[in-house]
Amino acid sequence: MSVLFYLSGFVAIVATLMAITRINVVHALLYFILSLLAMAVIFYTLGAPFAAALEVIVYAGAIMVLFLFVVMMLNMGKATEQQERLWLKPSMWIGPSILAAPLLAELLLVISRSGEQTLTTVVSAKEVGIALFGPYVLAVELASLLLLAGLVGAYHLARK
Amino acid sequence: MPAISMQAIPVEHGLLLAAVLFTLGLLGVLTRRNMVFVLMSLEIMLNAVALAFITGGARWANADGQIMFIMIISLAAAEVAVGLGLVLRLFHQFKTLDLDILSKMKG
Repeated sequence: MSVLFYLSGFVAIVATLMAITRINVVHALLYFILSLLAMAVIFYTLGAPFAAALEVIVYAGAIMVLFLFVVMMLNMGKATEQQERLWLKPSMWIGPSILAAPLLAELLLVISRSGEQTLTTVVSAKEVGIALFGPYVLAVELASLLLLAGLVGAYHLARK
Repeated sequence: MPAISMQAIPVEHGLLLAAVLFTLGLLGVLTRRNMVFVLMSLEIMLNAVALAFITGGARWANADGQIMFIMIISLAAAEVAVGLGLVLRLFHQFKTLDLDILSKMKG
């Protein structure tokens, strides 16, 4: 099980790296979907099978399909690909990379300093459901309000 | 309790993976000028945060981590719907997805 974790962690990092460096939007989206599927395997190995299922259904299924629909609607041709190639020069990405590297180093340092503790338990969908509709029922209501606001906002913005 | 996931994965390794993915997403937001790529990088960052929550939930054998994951996923869905609506507006208005062109708005 831990082998599965490290393997899919590696896949997730490489796929994400590929996703943010692609020229073509559709290629990037497909790499990102691969990264999300790897993440679902990671959730499963961490003992969260319900979250793994949601990751595949909602993230890789619904949200990424929304992205693909928009990319298809925009119908960007070869011209945008040329433009992207122009934008992705080393002079464009080397500054942010140098600035992001210390942040990553700090995070890694802080996390690796903490004591060695291990994950051993599975939190089942039943426990999640009981907690979700017990103490967290107000959060569920607020999430539904947020989704309604998102729906109305998207309709308002995207209409002709 | 089922026999899966009984082999120990250190908590730090889950958090380290989340940190690496978060930094990659941040790098994407900083470097790309195409709005679709920026939205995708935001999704990468949200996903990394979700991984950190799941790891924390697994560490304390608690459902709260997965509850937070569900909240994050609904936030991501709402954000993507509004963001892609903005992408469509941008493209119809300016015929490009260049974010720098938005500085013309002088808002």
